[in-house]
This record gives sequence, C-alpha cells and structure tokens, in this order.
Amino acid sequence: MNDTILEMKGISKEFTGVKALSNVNFQVERGEIHCLVGENGAGKSTLMKVLSGVYPYGEYSGDIYFDGQVQQFNKISDSVDIGIVIIYQELALFPDLSIYENIFIGNELQRKGVLNWNEAITKSKELLEKVNLHINPETLIKEIGVGKQQLVEIAKALSKRVKLLILDEPTAALNDTDSANLLNLLKELKKQGITSIMISHKLNEVIAIADKATVLRDGETICTLDATRGEITEAAIIKNMVGREIEDIYPKRNHPVTDHRLLELKNWSAYDGHLGRNVAEHIDLHVNYGEIVGIAGLMGAGRTELALSIFGNSKKYKTSGELFVDGQPIQLKHTSDAIKSGIAYVTEDRKGDGLFLLQDIKNNISISNLKDLSAYGVVNDNEEIRTAEEYRKSLGIKTPSIEQKVGNLSGGNQQKVSIGKWLFVGPKLLILDEPTRGIDVGAKLEIYTVMNKLIESGMSIIMISSELGEVLGMSDRVYVMAKGEIKGELSSNEASQEKIMELATQ
Amino acid sequence: MKLLKEAKALLKHNIRDYGMYIALLVIMLIFTILTDGLFMSSRNISNLIDSSGYIAVLAVGVMLVIVIRHIDLSIGFLAGFLGAIAAILLVQFNLPVFLVIPIILILGMLAGSVTGFLVAKVGIPAFVATLAGWLIYRGALLQATERSGTINVNNEAFNAIGNGYIPSISQVGGLHLLSLMIGAAAILYYIYSMIKNRKNKIKYSFDVVSNPLFIIQLVLVSSLIGYVTWILAGYNGFSWTMIIILIVLVVYHFITTKTVLGRHIYAVGSNPEAAHLSGINVSKITFIVFGSMGMLSALSGILFTSRLQSATTTAGTLFELDAIAAAFVGGVSAAGGVGKVTGAVIGAVVMATLVNGMNLLGVGIASQYMIRGGVLALAVIFDVMTRRQRA
Repeated sequence: MNDTILEMKGISKEFTGVKALSNVNFQVERGEIHCLVGENGAGKSTLMKVLSGVYPYGEYSGDIYFDGQVQQFNKISDSVDIGIVIIYQELALFPDLSIYENIFIGNELQRKGVLNWNEAITKSKELLEKVNLHINPETLIKEIGVGKQQLVEIAKALSKRVKLLILDEPTAALNDTDSANLLNLLKELKKQGITSIMISHKLNEVIAIADKATVLRDGETICTLDATRGEITEAAIIKNMVGREIEDIYPKRNHPVTDHRLLELKNWSAYDGHLGRNVAEHIDLHVNYGEIVGIAGLMGAGRTELALSIFGNSKKYKTSGELFVDGQPIQLKHTSDAIKSGIAYVTEDRKGDGLFLLQDIKNNISISNLKDLSAYGVVNDNEEIRTAEEYRKSLGIKTPSIEQKVGNLSGGNQQKVSIGKWLFVGPKLLILDEPTRGIDVGAKLEIYTVMNKLIESGMSIIMISSELGEVLGMSDRVYVMAKGEIKGELSSNEASQEKIMELATQ
Repeated sequence: MKLLKEAKALLKHNIRDYGMYIALLVIMLIFTILTDGLFMSSRNISNLIDSSGYIAVLAVGVMLVIVIRHIDLSIGFLAGFLGAIAAILLVQFNLPVFLVIPIILILGMLAGSVTGFLVAKVGIPAFVATLAGWLIYRGALLQATERSGTINVNNEAFNAIGNGYIPSISQVGGLHLLSLMIGAAAILYYIYSMIKNRKNKIKYSFDVVSNPLFIIQLVLVSSLIGYVTWILAGYNGFSWTMIIILIVLVVYHFITTKTVLGRHIYAVGSNPEAAHLSGINVSKITFIVFGSMGMLSALSGILFTSRLQSATTTAGTLFELDAIAAAFVGGVSAAGGVGKVTGAVIGAVVMATLVNGMNLLGVGIASQYMIRGGVLALAVIFDVMTRRQRA
C-alpha cells in the first residue's frame, strides 16, 4: 500500500548566505504518524514553514506534491485550504476568549456576516468530544491548562477538515499525563485517517508513536527510519542526529561536593502582590560549594518564583525570611544586588526575558558586566570583541560571526549565549531554569558538559528542571517542590522517578 | 562589474540607513532644480540649518524616549515655557547670559526628572503623564507671558545663539576661514576613524567592504562634508546654532554608541524584562532618558527664543509632534530598542528641508502639511518594509 500523501522533493532554502535547507527530500504516507527529528538548527521548523506557506512559493527551490498534485503556496491560508494545518509550539490562542470562539476564529460560522454562535457552540462540543476533552466550550482559554489548550488547538485543526496535521514540539510544555493523552489522541486520529507529522525532541515519544521517523542534520535529509522494520531505536536516532554515537548523555564529573555552605535560605517566603498570595512559602534550602542542586516539581509548583525571589526580583515579589551567602546575611533590593553577591539566574524563557534578540551576540554577552569592559563609562570595543570571541569558542556557539543577531540563532546556541553572559559576570552560584528546554540531544550534552566544567571551576549550580532524567542524571541532591513549598529533599542515591513524582504530586 | 555588484549588495543590506540620506539628497536636488539653484545658495542652506536647530535637538531627545518604549508630549510647551523663563531672567532680572543658559538647562533637567519619576517610579503611562505636562507647561507659558505679552530680548550675546555666526579669524578668497578649518578637521577625523574601524574589523576577521568600495565611500562622504562647508563658508560661515547641533550630535552619538549608559538604554528598549534580569536598573535608565529629554527641551527653548529674539505666548506649539515625526523619519522603531542619533538629526533636517523648499516655491500652507504628512507616512512604510525584508 503505497499511498503517498505528501512528497517534498529537493527543497532548498537560504537565509542571506546561510543554507537552512539543502536538497531535502521528505515523503509521508497517508495515515501514518511521521516524526521529524534533528538537532536545533537542523532545519525541521524551516521545512515545516515551507510546507505551510510561511515562506511562499519562490522563496525556496524544489517541489511540493500533496495528494499527487504540485502545490505552490503563496500564503498560509493556501495550505490550510487543502487540509494542511500546523500547530506551533507557542500556541496561537486568545486567552481572554472562550474555547468555541477560539476554535472558529478566522473561520467563523456566519450567515451574511452575522455570526451563528449557537451552531459554533454545538459544533465545538462535537469537536471537543473528538479530542477527548469533556469540557464546556464556553470556558475561557486562560482558565484551562496548557495540556487542554493543546487539545483545543487540535480541535480547531479538525474544524478545518485537516488531512495533514503538523505538530511542532507539542509536548514541550506538557507534564507526563497530558503528554500521554496527547499521544493517544494522535493514535486515535490516525485510525480516523488523519496523517500527522510531529517534530519532537523527546525520543521516548518518537519511539512510542512513530510509524516512520525522518532525521535531518545540517539542513539535509539523513535517513528515514521505519518502525515496521524495527529501525526506530534511541541509539539509531541519536546516532543519525548527531552523526556520532553518544554513550551517556549525562556526563560524569569527578568533583567532590564540599561541606562549605554557599547559599542558605531560612524560612524564606515570597509574596506576589499581583496574585495576592505567597508563591513560595517557608523554604529551607542550602547549596554547598561544588554541588549541583536539582529542584524538581510540576509546572506551577513555584520553582521559578523561588529562583526569581533569590535573584533579588523585589519588583515582583516581597520576600521574608533570611538569605545567607557564604554565611553572611544578605539583603536583596534589586537584581544587581544579587549579581554583586555572586548569584546569577538563567531564565527559562530565553526569548521572553533572557536575551536581546535584536542585538548581536557580542552585546548580549557583555550586557551584565559592561563595567569590566569599560573605563569611565566608555566601553572598550576591542576588549568586548575579545571577550565575546572567547565565550564563542569555549562554549562552542555555532555562528558565522559574533555580530550575528541573537534572534537568528538556534535554541541551543541561544542558551549558550545566555550562559556565556553570566559566566562573564563570574558568579559563585548559577541558577539554571529549565536549561535544556526546547534543545536537542546534541546541544543538551554540550550544556551538561559546560555545567560540569563550571562545577570543576569552583561554581555551584541550582538546576530547575521538569525533565526527570536530567534531574536524576545531573544533580548531587534534589529538592522537590509542590504548591510553593519544599516537599522533600533527596540525595542522589535516594532519588528516583517514582519518589520525585510522589512528592511532586502531594 | 564586481564593484557594482558589491555596492548593490551593500545598499540592499543597509537600505534603511542609506535610504534616508538618499531621500535627503533627492529632495534637495529636486528643490535645487525647481528653484533654479536658489535652494542650494549659501544663504538659504545657512538659514535652513538655523531653522531646523530647535527641532533637531528635541528629535534627538525624543528618539531616546521612543527607544525605551515611552513617549513625551510635554516637550514643546516645556521648551516654550523655559524659553520665556530665559527671556524673563535676561530682561527683567538682567542676569548675564552665561548664568541664564545653565540655569535654564538645569530647570529643564529637573522638569524631565519629574516626568521620569511619574513614569518610572509611580508607573503612570508616559502618554498620560506627559499629556498632563503638556497642559501644565502650556498654562505656565501663558502665565509667564501674561502681563507683558511677547517679551522682547535685546541681549546681543543671547540672540547670537540663534542668529549669529562663529568668528572667521580671516577671510580666504572670500571664504570663512574658521569654518573651512572645522570642515577640514571633520573630514580628517572621519577618514581617520573609518580607517581605524576598518583595521579593527579586519583584525577580528569581520566582514568589511572591498578596498575600492571603501575608498569610494570615503571620497563620497568627505566631498559631501566638504561641499556643505564650502557653501556655508561662502556666506557667513557656521552659525552658532549649527555648532550647537553638532555638539549635541557628537555627544549623544558618543553616549549611545560607546558608553555603558548607551548600551543600557538600548537594552531597556529592546527587552525591559531581560534588562531587569541582567541587573540593569530600568527605573534609573528611564529617569536619565527623561532627564536628558528635559535638558534638550530647555536647549530647544533657548534656541527658539534666541532665534525669534523674543518669547511669545505660543512658543513651542506643536514642536513635540514635529520632533516625534523627525525621529520616525530618522528610523526610530515604535517597538523600541532601535534608533540612531544621526538618524534623528537627519530626520529633522529632512522635515526642515521640505518646509524650506516648499516656502521657496510658494507652496500653500495647506499643501505643505499634507506633503509633510505623506513623507512621514512614506518613511515609516519604507521602514516597516525594509525591516520585514531583513527579518
């Protein structure tokens, strides 16, 4: 049964001098779940943007065949019209509108310009049933969790009579239960004849649901693995993705944890004036020199809020309790105070509040420590370039030049810039918030290696992470948070997936 | 052929920056042809620069305000009001000029800090806070000039700021020597800094333009500076207004491109959250930018009062909008984080050129407004298109 729904032949796409895709071939059979894997910057998203018409016909070379017909999309709606719907990682929903309004936005049920809300509500109910979401369609989007929002996006796609559904890292922001639901739904849709393409960095998911998996590397198709022939294994995917075998993605480090306290919190609470409640409560926590301390927990457990309150974000949080650095009590009025006492925070939201996307790599790396590069307030350009080059090399930031705008880099490279920026400040304690979110295996390994190097150079790290594998693989000690409190502390020997989940769901 | 191709690529890549200069040259060329060369006469160019001065300094200030994602509507009447205060200090209190100018500048800075306080500390949207300022300074201006109406200033030193010229030392072949010397120094400094910059870039193996193109660039800009100097030297030389604009231009260009403060301003503009998490004091930057805005408003008031040799009851009306328009023509982005001092000044010159040229041609005031509006819209459309292309 060779029934090809989509064939992309010899696709090439260039961004001012950089080849993003070169002669990519990609073929999808009807009714299969086809995963697209590859490192960040391998060209997965670019390929999907070509397919969905974000880059119109003429901006790329090569041919797209859909249902046996050559397609030339000039705009996104052209691809939607023939049944190709893409759901992006950043969901395109309106939080202040209800579910049914979101489903039919841009595709309103109307008669002579007058909307028929009743029909929309009835149809939305049917669509929601199809995605196993049993919820009143009049609920506002902001009142439901990310997992359910993802399902609403799929319902919205179904309303457009989708034939080919493309999901860009659908489970990146979901917890385990929601992820499992979503994957099951994809399988059900498959039975109904809907073909799916899923971009994912989570290899266990790929292995669980993919019929085929195409691996891209550096803008080229490397291979297509077939599940029926048993080719989709973790080892095979990783090998093809990075072009070499990776033995252990959590590298070992030989650095002793000392007894010397670097940071200690005593009865620490953070109050959020906007929410009108404590986002972190009665926290007792310490970090020793030479230690990676993991903070695990579900979304909304208060981990980021705790980190931000330690980082002196007094604009947002009122704190109480005591904070000691090297045994000295410290008062933090502003982030600059935290930086002065040797604490740095790498945000979970690189693009939102971490980087200056319109500025180049050089400016992003130097911004927090310009005083070391300047005399009498005047920046020494040469020193700055030298510094940026140093971090580009030591962190392996892949870029044609440090004058490249950070917005043009891949996620892994952006994360390296974020880390480089703080290394240049030279903190004692680095707080990494979801350091590998949205980053591929190869870049993850590089980030872990950097973390180990930092520990060996005498730093300590607090790592907030939702990925249990990472928490278990990298941490010397783990705190588990839920509802703004620390529910338990586990040594690396005691810690296991089950124990962490048990504490996190308390 | 290769050279032409490279020039084309360079132009395409920097179209936003070069576009403004090209537009200015085209506009000037058109006016020169339409007025049989009258537009390019020494006297007219000198006049044009003097009449754009008080908007140019405001444009520089408001460009920075827009870069940090705020706006300031109060600057026009603040300039008018402080100009009136300057006149009162000179005429009624008989204070010497060298005292009046710093007093006014400091008052401006204080006024700007008040706005900065409201915006940064109290958290009032800049639009509303400065709209209140607009009303208050307008009232203050009326009150200051209520008793006497227009205040005539007969202090020669003060009036020279807006109408006088730098001393010539001696005339060379009918040309103004000191102006020629300044022009020559500017060209030399330009060439020196360009070569130094290029050497540096080569050292770090950054992309640079090819040698012949680089030389063409140097020759083009140098001859442009030389030409303007030559024109001005043929009349009365550089005016004090022009010297003041140049000083503001150089100082602000330096601050924005070379200093920590400048970096922090652009960081706050391009992502305030990230700036805060990078340890930058966002309130402090907001304070400084509004403070500088106030000071430049004061300077603008001084220039305008001096040029008219009097303080009027309506001084400063609509200056703020002219300045904002100039900043946008000069390429500042409403989304924040992007904008250049040179752009703001060129933007002001473009707008002044339009007014001047159309006046020479006897275009009616109604058409003038519409044409200026069209140019503003075109500039922003061009801006949006070129940004989209590069994204």
